[in-house]
Amino acid sequence: MSTTTMNDSKYAIETRAMNIYYGAFRAVKDVTFSIERNKITALIGPSGCGKSTVLRSFNRMNDLIPGARTEGEVLYHGQNLYDPDVDAVQVRRQIGMVFQKPNPFPKSIYDNIAYGPRINGWKGTRAEMDELVERALVGAALWDEVKDKLNQSGLSLSGGQQQRLCIARAIAVQPEVILMDEPCSALDPISTLKIEELMLELRQRYTIVIVTHNMQQAARVSDYTAFFLMDKEDRAGELVEYDVTSKVFQNPADKRTEEYVSGRFG
Amino acid sequence: MADQAQAKAEQGAALAVSIPQTIDLRKRPRIGESIIQTVLFICGFISIFTTIGIVYVLFQESLSFFADPAVTLFEFFTGTVWQPRIGEFGILPLLNATLVISSIAMLVAVPLGLGMAIYLSEYASERARAILKPVIELLAGIPTVVYGYFALTFVTPILRGIFGNDVVSVYNMLSAGMVVGVLITPIIATLSEDALSAVPGSLRQASFGLGSTRWETAIKVVVPAALSGIFAGGIVAMSRAVGETMVVALAAGASPNLTWNPFEPAETMTGHIARISGGDLSYGSIDYRSIFAIGLVLFFITLALNIASRRIVRRFREVYD
Ligand SMILES: Nc1ncnc2c1ncn2[C@@H]1O[C@H](COP(=O)(O)OP(=O)(O)OP(=O)(O)O)[C@@H](O)[C@H]1O
Ligand SMILES: [Mg+2]
Repeated sequence: MSTTTMNDSKYAIETRAMNIYYGAFRAVKDVTFSIERNKITALIGPSGCGKSTVLRSFNRMNDLIPGARTEGEVLYHGQNLYDPDVDAVQVRRQIGMVFQKPNPFPKSIYDNIAYGPRINGWKGTRAEMDELVERALVGAALWDEVKDKLNQSGLSLSGGQQQRLCIARAIAVQPEVILMDEPCSALDPISTLKIEELMLELRQRYTIVIVTHNMQQAARVSDYTAFFLMDKEDRAGELVEYDVTSKVFQNPADKRTEEYVSGRFG
Repeated sequence: MADQAQAKAEQGAALAVSIPQTIDLRKRPRIGESIIQTVLFICGFISIFTTIGIVYVLFQESLSFFADPAVTLFEFFTGTVWQPRIGEFGILPLLNATLVISSIAMLVAVPLGLGMAIYLSEYASERARAILKPVIELLAGIPTVVYGYFALTFVTPILRGIFGNDVVSVYNMLSAGMVVGVLITPIIATLSEDALSAVPGSLRQASFGLGSTRWETAIKVVVPAALSGIFAGGIVAMSRAVGETMVVALAAGASPNLTWNPFEPAETMTGHIARISGGDLSYGSIDYRSIFAIGLVLFFITLALNIASRRIVRRFREVYD
């Protein structure tokens, strides 16, 4: 990745006229918005409107899907992530991701966390790695529950714990932005609450973008909300409304937004 | 509104009428079903019966071999000379040749097969996969006698050219081992590819999401997650190498020879059985019976390998539960 100076821009990620295609099908059209730093931005909208597609475009995970193509710009520190000289691997080290279904590696809890730093060429002592693992687990509010069993498999944890392990794994590489695609949809209400509290804490150090189908969750945790909807004509998702969360939920500008957030839609 | 309700009620009544008054739940004979069941049972039974028959004959003839005063069990397993003509029945030279050749084969097949598997499951495009997989399967379908001549007339001359005619014999274990390796590569490739493809895509995504390259993802996440399946495939390939006969009979030589030197000729257990049973042996002679004892040892080796691979596969299943 070509080097960019860390600017003090208010925004972590800005998209400009972004279109995303799967083969010939345009899944997302003409999305332009900016995601503020150290805030939680929620992407909401009915199924199939392109939320995951937009989210994956922020760290070039769409590259892994054969036939997927992104047009327009996604700016990160003023650098277009889709410039030909940008390395997707480097992008993902800056912009991490947490998935819908918890997906810990079938390795020990410790090795799950250590994986990211290790592939990033981490060269420290064992003691330093121990410290890094602890910090990541503390950061993901999981330390107390697993500190005595770091050598057990990550798969031995409960679903909610696994998801926090995945968050810990993501923050262990010290990204700037964390993308979360429905991180609580496979979890019970208590685990969901824990992850929500965790997100509010993480906001101090990271920029978080979350996709959610849970309106209350978006209202509870996010600072900004982007509402997407599928255009009935060409079935492409578009950004209908983007504003401060309280505005989107209490006084939306678009009638379709109001219908959706009040549950009369989708 | 009232009209609508009435229409609905009428519809309901019409539906009710169409249901037959009595419902017949009695058993009815299904002759086709029971014939099929019987045929399938016979198929299963025949395969079990064949196996039992083979094992029975192996044991039977081996017992009478060991009952002969000229051989003892101890000599059989510790003797370093196999010379039936002078009454020497030490299996070590044959066992050793089998192990040397199988090891060479595994040294060739594991990297090659695993490399193919990783390429197919982690790198290849749909199109490349669609072309390569049938080619690999084709490789597995070539008759082994062709591999044998390939070893003797192609690989051996090359080896002799490289290392010198005085170093490498015309019949040698290296050539046979390498070609057996090529022969079992498709087994390792297909079984490993199955194991790698069974690793959930979510693990790859997790790895890529942390900034791993394709190679890091393959080597540090996918292969470890598939390791037991890969191991099991390796064991299946190993037992195939141990049992391989045609290549070693053609290329490894026809004299029992206790040596580690891969450039020398040495006859394997299978090669010896093939040669002896091809010759004119009088039924019931001690030579004749000796090959059953060798067969029994082979049987136990492959049985042990099979049990090992089953154990490993069972562990492998647990990982994703
Ligand atoms: N891998 C893919 N290949 C082809 N088309 C895809 C792929 N992934 C998504 N799409 C299509 O792109 C559109 C947007 O999908 P996307 O998964 O982004 O929606 P979403 O808003 O995340 O939906 P959900 O809420 O159900 O997760 C859909 O029409 C979908 O069919
Ligand atoms: Mg989605």
